[in-house]
Formats: sequence, structure tokens, C-alpha cells
Amino acid sequence: VHLSNRTVVINMYLFILGHDIHFHDKKIALLEAGPRKECDHMPDSYSNRVSSISPGSATLLSSFGAWDHVCSLRLKPFRRMQVWDACSEAMIVFEKDDLDDMGYIVENDVIMSALTKQLDAVADRVEVFYRSRAVGYTWPLPSHSCDTSPWVQIELADGRRLQTKLLIGADGHNSVVRKEAEIKNIEHRYDQSAVVATLHLSEATDNNVAWQRFLPTGPIALLPLSDTASSLVWSTSHEHASELLGMDEESFVDSINSAFWSNINHSDFIDTAGAMFRSAISLLKPSGTAVRQLPPSVAKVDPGSRAMFPLGMGHATEYVRHRVALIGDAAHRVHPLAGQGVNLGFGDIACLAHHLSAAAFNGSDLGSLKHLLKFETERQRHNVSLIAAVDVLKRLYSTRLAPLVLLRTWGLQATNALPPVKVRISL
Amino acid sequence: MFDVAYFYFINYYLKNYRYALSLFRFTVKRLFSTSHSSVDSKEMKKFQLLAHKWWDEEGEYSALHSMNDIRVPFIRDTLLNMSSNYHLGNPLSGVKILDVGCGGGLLSEPLGRLGASVTGIDPLEDNIRTADQHKSFDPVLAKRIQYKSSSLEEIVEESMETFDVIVASEVVEHVADLEMFIKCCSRVLKPEGSLFITTINKTQLSYILGIVVAEKIMGIVPEGTHEWEKFVPPEELERLLESNGFSVKTVNGMLYNPLSGSWSWMESMSVNYAMHAVKSGARGQSSPTDALAIPTKSVDLQGNRTF
Repeated sequence: VHLSNRTVVINMYLFILGHDIHFHDKKIALLEAGPRKECDHMPDSYSNRVSSISPGSATLLSSFGAWDHVCSLRLKPFRRMQVWDACSEAMIVFEKDDLDDMGYIVENDVIMSALTKQLDAVADRVEVFYRSRAVGYTWPLPSHSCDTSPWVQIELADGRRLQTKLLIGADGHNSVVRKEAEIKNIEHRYDQSAVVATLHLSEATDNNVAWQRFLPTGPIALLPLSDTASSLVWSTSHEHASELLGMDEESFVDSINSAFWSNINHSDFIDTAGAMFRSAISLLKPSGTAVRQLPPSVAKVDPGSRAMFPLGMGHATEYVRHRVALIGDAAHRVHPLAGQGVNLGFGDIACLAHHLSAAAFNGSDLGSLKHLLKFETERQRHNVSLIAAVDVLKRLYSTRLAPLVLLRTWGLQATNALPPVKVRISL
Repeated sequence: MFDVAYFYFINYYLKNYRYALSLFRFTVKRLFSTSHSSVDSKEMKKFQLLAHKWWDEEGEYSALHSMNDIRVPFIRDTLLNMSSNYHLGNPLSGVKILDVGCGGGLLSEPLGRLGASVTGIDPLEDNIRTADQHKSFDPVLAKRIQYKSSSLEEIVEESMETFDVIVASEVVEHVADLEMFIKCCSRVLKPEGSLFITTINKTQLSYILGIVVAEKIMGIVPEGTHEWEKFVPPEELERLLESNGFSVKTVNGMLYNPLSGSWSWMESMSVNYAMHAVKSGARGQSSPTDALAIPTKSVDLQGNRTF
């Protein structure tokens, strides 16, 4: 079957266009490798893959009605974020002055389900091909010769052919679209894997703080899911990660607690230097130091919820080509230590949707490089600095070397005392 | 650590690569206008050579491609402001537009995408062939746009008072008899229909930039493409329009930046400008705002008209 006149998207993110008034007579197709996922109520146990959704991303999701579904399913807002070092007393606390929600911890399944529901609402414009896979792409020549079609041709595994004016690749960090378009990707595999699990706390608490401690082997984070449950994201070396997965439950829980509570990595020198700096700050800025709170202790881990996946960093040299655009992890991949991966992707979506909407209102050909380049410039400017900063942080915190520990201790303490800098970061 | 340094380098400087490439392209760019002279076959021959180059967005016609970024919103918003009954998803739905001197269809296609029924005419058959072929790949456009190889005079008889809008972009500076052209526009336009013209002013500056620099020095435009004598000052265009049953509503200057390859609006009309005029209604009645036929209005970058 030869289907024509469609904008093809791979993966479940870009249907915001389905709701855009300027796209009212455009056809959008979504190629989804997995099966349709939707549920009206969530299972009792939590999924171990969660995301930290920033308020900006929540606004985006609510702009086309998906946030309501998320709220009706399951989510946990958090008001405070405490980040501290294992090698010193330095820490930084993020919270909004008015004690508003800083962000939300949402299971990935919940997001997918909410998006599926909203896709149904625009089914007349967006067609989803579940369990489909593209096996071949034919790219148009930029200034096309007269006989060949100027559009992108896609061949599906089941033999169907689609053609489209714009192909958006949102197929993850191993993007096939990116590879087929021969866009160079700068990537770097970290010697780290992330271990995720669903944990149960020793006692119920007002679980509205996100905790992250930088160990020399990597950051360990505890993200609230409910008053009694939290999600673990522990980035550590591959060997340690496999060890953690193989341990029995009790030892696993002990490792987590000791990672958060133990001061084994402290040294007297650093502690003294840190204390001196802290008293200096409290002279200059009395409110600049905060009391370090202790995270809740963990009692149990959900059986079967432990998993690990390797970490890396990546950035495509180009986000766009003639009739192709990359968004999300296909364009950039970041370490989870800042919880920004999915928010960067949502930022890409909002930006691309804005530019495509303006282009549609101008009657432009959607695959034209002109507006795609505007999207690329805008996002690269934002993404590159953030990815670079996260990379630097990761490397800075991966060492026990005294000079670097001192540097980061003082740096963190100073940043904690300076509201303007903190506000900039927390955005 | 080297891969990280490489990463930073690549990403911060690759953005500048595209800009450097545009600088390089600037020196080999060609700026073209469509030819609409049914009299001068010499001019037609020059455009014949480039008849298949219309749709290369970065080629000889790149400046016309980028002109769409201001002329399409200008047309769209002017028409939206004049009508109270439209759908944002299809803003020009139901509007019949005649694109005179359509060339390869660069302006016809966006107008078609916005919902209008477009008839594109051009005296050069090769241009029409290119335009027809390009629209054929898009089933929606193929139905909305009709191309015809013809001059304006030739279609007057069969198209009296047929069109809601006429667009003559980069055309009147190539026409032999401007008054005749305007009279023909008036005959095929419905009463209270709109006429949009973009063209080049006849000033010292337009001679220096448009002829000397563009043609003789930098070779952006092939030599002999434009004749300064045929450039039309806005005052004269306005006089001709007003004396032939039109009322000029908007005039605005346009500026092309060859480095960024983009157009923008400007106050001064000394080089390029755009004009919108409305044909008087039936029984010789003109619309209420007729009295102010002076270029004082402007269009902001979003295409919103401000009076």
C-alpha cells in the first residue's frame, strides 16, 4: 500500500502537532516499535524506570491535555533537592522560596499511558503504527532532479511504503534514523552503569525531597514515589553494578544505606578546610548555609525491580538535514546525575513544534531546511552548555584527589550561598 | 580527555560552519527576478537557461525563496485582516489568487498550502513545466494550483472579474507597458479585490546596489537582467494605480541581507518595496479608508498590520 502526504514520526513524543491548529489539515504518522500501552489504573507496584519532570515539561504536557491524565494516574511532586558530597561536608540545597513543587517524579509507564490517551483524541490526524519497524529509507536529493520524488521514502518491515515531507527521528541514543542519515555523532561511553530499583522506606514520611550524594564511584540518588516508596538511581562502575544486582536483598539494602550515611570518604584535611570556608560564608552571608538533612533509611527492595543499564554521553553534530530532524536522545544523551535527559527532549519538542507551526502558517514546505536550522541553532545553544556542564560535573565528582575535592567542596558551598547562581542552575 | 575537548570544539564551531558556508555562497549566489516581458524575447532566453533551477533553495533563486518569509505573511495577514470569516488552519481557504509571472511556482505553492486556489501564469513554457512537475508530487497542491503558459493580456478575455487577489511579485520592473498591465489586472480582479506588488524602486541607491554592485561588481545577478530605466518608483506606481480604479492601502520598504540570505521590512523604500492596493467596489464606490493613499502604514514582522 502506498501511503502519501504524511509527516512521519518514530516514537511516542511528537503528537503535540496533532493538537496544533496550523496542522489541521496535515497528516502525521507515528511508527512505534512496541505494542500499544494504556491503562486506566496503575498496578500496585511501581515501575523501576522513572523520570524527573521539570515544571516546564509539565506545562508542555498540560498544554495538550496529557498532564491531567498523568495526575489522575500517579505522580509524586517534590519540593526540595539536597545534593551533597561523600568526600566532604559540602552540600547544596534547591528549593523554591514559596515552597512550590520543584518537579515531579513520574514513572515512564504513566507518561506513556497518558500520551496514548491523548493520541486517541487526535486519531483523525495522527495515525499510529504499533509494532512497526522501518527497514529502509530513501533520502531525497537536496535540489531534486525532475524524476525522483522530493520526499523521504520509508519502507516498513511488513512491506508497506510511506512517503513524507519531514521525518523526525526520536528513536533513542542508538538512533537508526541518525545512522541512516549519516549524521555524525560524538559519543563517549562512561565507565558506568546505572542501577535502578524500587525501594521501600523504613518508616512513612513526608517524602517530598529528592536526595543525591556524589560518591567517588558515582552519584546515588533517591527519588520519592510515595510516602513509603522511593526509586533508586545509582550510577557506579560496571563491576560494582553487576555486584549490586547479584547481591541478596539484605546486602543490597545495606549498601544503599551505607552509601548515603557513611562518612568513610571524609578526610580531616578536607573537613577542616570545608568548615573554615563555611564559617567564612556565614560571616558574609548568614543565611548562606543550611542544615544538612539526612535521607530516609531504606528497609526493603521490591523483588525483581533491580535492573542496570550502561551510561554514556552523546551529541549529534547536526540535529537537522533536508527533510530530517532529530529530537531527544537521538540528538543528545546525557548522564542522569542532573535528571535532565527527558526534560531536554521535551524542550526539543516544544521548540520544534513552535518552528513547524510557524512554518505551516507561512505555507512553507515542512521539510525545508530554513526553519529546521532555526530549531537546531536554538536547541544546540541550550543543550550543548547543559551537556558539557553535566559532563564536567561527572568528571569532577569522580575523583578522591584532594585538590579537586577541595575545589568542588568550596565551589559547592559558595554556590549554595549564592541565590542567583542557584536559581540559574535549578532552571 | 581529548574526546571531550574535541566535543566542545566541534559543537561550538560547527554552528559557525554554516555561517561561513553562507559567506562562501554569497560570492557565487545569483539573484533573479522572474521575467514577465511578453515583448522582449532576449530576456526570456536568459531565464530559459535557469528554468530548471527554481527549486534549488540554495541556488540562483535562493533570494526569491527567502523572500517568501516576508511576502507570504504580508499577503496572508492583509487578507485575514480584511476578512472576518476564516479558519486559522486554512487561512486562505476559498480565496482565488492569480500569480502573475509565477516562474517555477515559488510563491504559488505556499499560497496553495494556506488553502487558496491559485492560478499561476508565466510567458515562459519551461517555467510552467518546472512548476507543474514540482507541484505534481504533492496531491493536495496538485489540485489547488493550476499553471498556464500565458501573458496577462492573453487571459483577460476569459477571466473577467474572476480573481479575489492578484499577486505580481518581482514582475512590474520587467513589464513593457505598466499602465496596460495595471488595466488588465483591474479587469480580471473582482471589485474590492486585492492587488499585491513587490518590485524595485528607481533611485540612486537602487542603481548602485541593484545594478552596479549586484550585476557588475559581485555578479549576484547576471548582467543585463535589470534595466534601471524600467524600475518603478512607488509614487509613480501609486499614481498609475489610483488613476485606474485602485486605492493604495499599504506600502513598505524591503531589505535583503546577502550575508544572512534573509529579507526584512524597513521604513525606507529606496531599494525594494511591497505595495497593497484594492480595486474600487462596484458602481465606482471606493472603500472608506480610501483617502489615505500615502505610504504611512507598516507591517510588523509577524505580518500584523498597524495603522
